[in-house]
This record gives sequence, C-alpha cells and structure tokens, in this order.
Amino acid sequence: MTNDRKLPLYEVFVRSRRGLDHKHVGSLHAEDGAQALKYARDCYTRRSEGVSIWVVRSSEIVASQEEDAASFFDPSDDKPYRHATHYRLPKAVKNL
Amino acid sequence: MTEYRLSGAELEAAFQTRVDDERRIEPKDWMPDAYRKNLVRQISQHAHSEIIGMQPEGNWITRAPTLKRKMILLAKVQDEGGHGLYLYSAAETLGASREDMIEALHQGRAKYASIFNYPTLTWADIGMIGWLVDGAAIVNQISLQRTSYGPYSRAMIRICKEESFHQRQGFEILMALAAGSEAQKAMAQDALNRWWWPTLMMFGPHDSESAHSAQSMQWKIKRKSNDELRQDFVDQTVPQADFLGLKIPDPELRWNEDRGHYDFGEIDWDEFWTVVSGNGLCNRERLARHRKAHQDGKWVREAMRAYEEKRRARAA
Repeated sequence: MTNDRKLPLYEVFVRSRRGLDHKHVGSLHAEDGAQALKYARDCYTRRSEGVSIWVVRSSEIVASQEEDAASFFDPSDDKPYRHATHYRLPKAVKNL
Repeated sequence: MTEYRLSGAELEAAFQTRVDDERRIEPKDWMPDAYRKNLVRQISQHAHSEIIGMQPEGNWITRAPTLKRKMILLAKVQDEGGHGLYLYSAAETLGASREDMIEALHQGRAKYASIFNYPTLTWADIGMIGWLVDGAAIVNQISLQRTSYGPYSRAMIRICKEESFHQRQGFEILMALAAGSEAQKAMAQDALNRWWWPTLMMFGPHDSESAHSAQSMQWKIKRKSNDELRQDFVDQTVPQADFLGLKIPDPELRWNEDRGHYDFGEIDWDEFWTVVSGNGLCNRERLARHRKAHQDGKWVREAMRAYEEKRRARAA
C-alpha cells in the first residue's frame, strides 16, 4: 500500500498588509494548489502574518544563478549616473 | 476564477469602504466594472506615454554633445522603456492584454501624453524634457503613489525612485547652458519658451472640464485634481527657473501673497485640444514610428516562437 510518489514542492508568498507586495516566506509540499494554500495558511500565517497568500509550484520558478551574478549584473555596475545623487545641485535649488 | 459570496450591492459598498479607509484594491478583489475600465484606460495611457516619450529624446542620442551626456541619455531612454513595461504589466493584472492595448494605441482609441507630440529641435530641449516634463510627471506620479489600486501604486513608487535622476540630469544640462555663452543661454531660453505651456497642459483640462475627474477622485484612482497638481508644479518650478536665470514666458505669472501660490495665465486650450485630437506637430510621426517599430519587430517575435517550438519538440 505504499505510494512513493513525492508531493510536489510549492513556494509560498505572503502579503502582510494590503498595498504591499507578496513576499517569499518559504516552501511546502502539497498535492495541489488548493491544498498548498491551506498548508501555507497553517504553516506560515499562524500569527496573522498575512492578508493574502500566493503559492507557486517550485518547478515553475526560473532563477538566475548566484555564481553568475558577477557577469549577469555587470551591466549596472559602471553606471553611477543612473542615481539621482550623481548630480550635484547647488543648495539654492529646492524641490528637485 | 475567484468566487464572491456577497451580492452586487454589498460588494460595491464593501469596495467603497475599503477605498475610503485607504486600503488598497488588489487584482483578485471584486471591483466595479467601471473602476476596472477607468484604470485600464489611465494606466495604459500612462504606459503609452512612457513608450512614445522615448522618441523625442531618442532623437538626440546620436547627437548628444559629449560621450557622458550620450551615456546618460541612453540610460534615461532605457528607463522610460522599463517604466512603460511596469505599467503595461500593472494594467495586465486587470485583465487587459498587451496586444489589445497596443492595438488601441495604433488605432488612436488610446491616448498618450500630448507633450510628446512636440518636436525636440535643440539639445536644450533634452534639458527641458528632464527638468519640466519629467518634473511635471513626478508631481503627478508622487500623488499617484497613493492611488487605490495596489499594482499601480507599487509601479508608481518604483518609477518615482528612478525618475528623480531624470529630472536632475535635465536640470544639469540647463545649468551648463545657462552658465555658457550668449548663444547657449539663448538656446535654453528658446527651449523654455516652447516647452513651458505644453508642460502645463500635461495636467489636463481644468477640474470643471475634466471628464473622468470626479469619479476618479471618489475611487481614489486620482488623489489630487488636475488644477491642484498644476499649481504644485508651478510653485516648485518658478524658483528653479529664477535660479537658472531663465524667464518663464507668462506675463501674468506673479507671486500671490494672499494665496501663498503663484498666479499664472490661462492655457491656450484650443492648442491643447488640437494636439489631443491628433493634430499636433508630431502626432502622426510618433504613431507611424511606433507602428513601424512594432512591425519591424515581428520577425523577432516569430523567430522566438519558432525556436521555442523546436526546442520543445526536441525535448519531447
């Protein structure tokens, strides 16, 4: 009677308050999305941490690799002029 | 599909209470159809403005006066493309499709900011777009950070953070011109003469004439009225013009001690409506360019689809 089929893994995202983004909090195993939602509620929001939960099959997530970070994010390393602080304004100029 | 347990009237009351209590509306919440439609109209119009706005500035990338200015302008125009994408995806959370939005733009059913139908004739115009046009956009967008629809609000917060560099780089261009030769100063003044009034028009018709204003304010899609935002912009910009030593082309502009605001002259609304209805200096050129870019990119989209199909067939 054993069934070795593993339950798929789900990633859990919780919105703590209206107006904020859903934030990744962890993962869990479940049979399907509806079950994952209930488990996520019991597992990650036992102290009213959220007003909304998203669950996504972990296998659906495509991620960049940390080892590649140096070359992957390299294009933004040498562009300080993208930041407002790069531009020095005289003190007399306000609201800019 | 999300199922709702309440009746239509109860849902509507609960919706308005939520809005009144300053809680954000999120994609899976029930919302009135008109709220959804109104948001799709406003957000897609905002997205189109970011994308069409790339054209007048892109016009100067190859002719920027120094390599540094060119790199900055490239980064800025790239940002505008990114802002368009944040906004399109916010509209997509409401069920609008990207293809439909682009189609509506191409058919003239969807608008974009009328300011981008003016040409960029000189390098000083790039300064003016950063200082005035982005400045006006920031005034509007800061108030929209508190808009009632969550994804739109979060897109605005992100955009405002990035936008402050845009305005400053514009002001820096103008500081350089204002401190330059007589010809450079004249170039800056000429650009201000041409951009000042169209910038004031960006805030839209007077509150009394604005078709969507009252409902949008009740739903807190808009947080400040067109006239309030316009006044905020004038108040913060006049001292900056004074600093540059440039003269704003409005004989009626003066500080009103009683109101604690600047008084300013009336906008030429005939010009505004001419541009909005498609007959500004560059309307046709801007749309034709967008259509062409979309058409020119068709083979790339097709190639991506073909490659994906091949990859899947191999994996199968």
